[in-house]
Amino acid sequence: MNFIALRMLMADKAKYFGLVFAFAFSTFLLQNQISIFCGIMKRTGSQVRDVTDAEIWVMDPHTEYFEQTKALKDTDLFRVRGVEGVDYAVRLFKGNPTAKTAAGKFASTFTLGLDDATLVGAPRKMLLGSWEQLREANSIVIDRAGYDLLYPGETLELGRVLELNDHKARIVGISDAAAPFVSFPVIHARYSEAIQFQGRERKMLSYVLVRPRAGVDAVALARRIESETGLKARTTAEFAWDCVVYYLKNTGIPVNFGITIAVALIVGLAVSGQTFYMFTVENLRQFGALKAIGVTNTRLVGMVLLQALVGGAVGYAIGTGMAGVFFEATLNKMATRGIVLIWESVVGVAVLMAVVATAVSLLSVRKVLVLEPASVFR
Amino acid sequence: MIMKTNESHAVTCRAVRKHFGEGENRAEVLRGVDFHARLGEMTFLVGPSGCGKTTLISVIAGLLEPSTGEVDVLGRAHGSLRGKDRVEFRRRELGFVFQQYNLLPSLTAAENAAVPLIADGVKRSDAVKRASALLDRLGIGAKTSSYPRFLSGGQQQRVALARALVHEPRLIICDEPTAALDHETGESVMQLLSSAAVAPQRAVVVVTHDNRVFHHAHRIAHMNDGIITQITSPS
Repeated sequence: MNFIALRMLMADKAKYFGLVFAFAFSTFLLQNQISIFCGIMKRTGSQVRDVTDAEIWVMDPHTEYFEQTKALKDTDLFRVRGVEGVDYAVRLFKGNPTAKTAAGKFASTFTLGLDDATLVGAPRKMLLGSWEQLREANSIVIDRAGYDLLYPGETLELGRVLELNDHKARIVGISDAAAPFVSFPVIHARYSEAIQFQGRERKMLSYVLVRPRAGVDAVALARRIESETGLKARTTAEFAWDCVVYYLKNTGIPVNFGITIAVALIVGLAVSGQTFYMFTVENLRQFGALKAIGVTNTRLVGMVLLQALVGGAVGYAIGTGMAGVFFEATLNKMATRGIVLIWESVVGVAVLMAVVATAVSLLSVRKVLVLEPASVFR
Repeated sequence: MIMKTNESHAVTCRAVRKHFGEGENRAEVLRGVDFHARLGEMTFLVGPSGCGKTTLISVIAGLLEPSTGEVDVLGRAHGSLRGKDRVEFRRRELGFVFQQYNLLPSLTAAENAAVPLIADGVKRSDAVKRASALLDRLGIGAKTSSYPRFLSGGQQQRVALARALVHEPRLIICDEPTAALDHETGESVMQLLSSAAVAPQRAVVVVTHDNRVFHHAHRIAHMNDGIITQITSPS
């Protein structure tokens, strides 16, 4: 009977396409909004995840997310180094000095000052130049998006000079740093120079980056650092997630996206539900004939469910395809770089659409179940 | 008029009553019907509109429950069949021809005719093959792949007839099979029904008020105001 159900479904092309479109539109919106939301949230911890040389971040006990720093004492670095299991611990400065080009264009930046000796935390994905050149005096590495922001429309070029707090710094590399939450250029410099780019404060040490010794569990070591120093120590994954949680709790972003996602779901449910219900009502005589002929209610319910699920599946496939094309087209745009269609969304929306398809079929199922087969004689 | 069950009877109704609604809205449609249809015969149920013909065949087909009275179909008391058993009985033992054909517009003629077999679990290709052969016997073998919208009223009724016959049921119930057809086409459909449907182990019950086709009946049960008033044989 399945082929009969599918023929019935596809014979009424207007309703079939209406149903598929409703599911496709809803799926596209859901995939789009969920993936963008997750991508943006992921950006809140992108500078944390970009550091691959260390696994633990040590910070002031009241730090909640990456942007929010309160400088540590220089002696804190040595206290951390003294904790059992630490392979190495190095300093990291994070500041937001303003960078100005010779042409006068300026922008606030994320400037990261790396340990002079080891350059732990330097960007590993370079588009031009080399991070090792940070050892040269007055050198910086800037990310591609920042370069484009300060030198719009110009080709990538090394040797250009930026002015940061009256200090001139030469661009020795252009990195492919992960996009930050806000569209500031990301600048890497040596610690000793980076702290000069920011107005001088008494304490400048933002973070201590720690690498556990081989075989030492990073989470256990982080807890040990906390208990022995009184500072806060988070693994890279924990700290990146802290950033996400902070933005979730303290900004309107989840509400905004939540509303769009809810609207997509409600519109999808309402439009597909109404279309499918009308389709069933218009085919009641056919269902009645089948019922009179001796098709069981179970079979008829199966047919209605199959019709809803096929409509949902085709719509889901089209919507997901549209979302895939959208993200492919925007992947290399500066504003949306790194935001991709995530597999969790693909799977989650599939489950959601299956639930929606089942839900929209319920009213229709009821209509078919209460249908009096004798009505075909009228 | 009380009747006993007879082995030659495909359908026996005893004092069957059926009402719809309650209180002020209560409508007594069948008021104690005694009726039988014999195997090997075509029995017409005739009478004016609203006399209860359609309700009676709905009760006989097991699509409606009688309010009171007894209905035996092919040796099975209606009351003894419930739920899935009744649906299965209907699927295997009964064939239907509806006034409005009720063909599925998305299926070809052969697929429409094959529906009872498919519903009974026969493989689709085998079912369509059997249905095509039957359509050929009914004179529309050239139209097996046509969709209902491309068929004339007479052709559609032949497909409906094939659908009623394809699973070789022992009781065929026809509701106004010629009502939507002109006289000539209606006559040919009735001739086909007489030749293809009537068989020694099968009964055919036809509801109609088209007196131009009465001569096809073996017996005619006249109905009026919810009761059988007279049984006649066409001259």
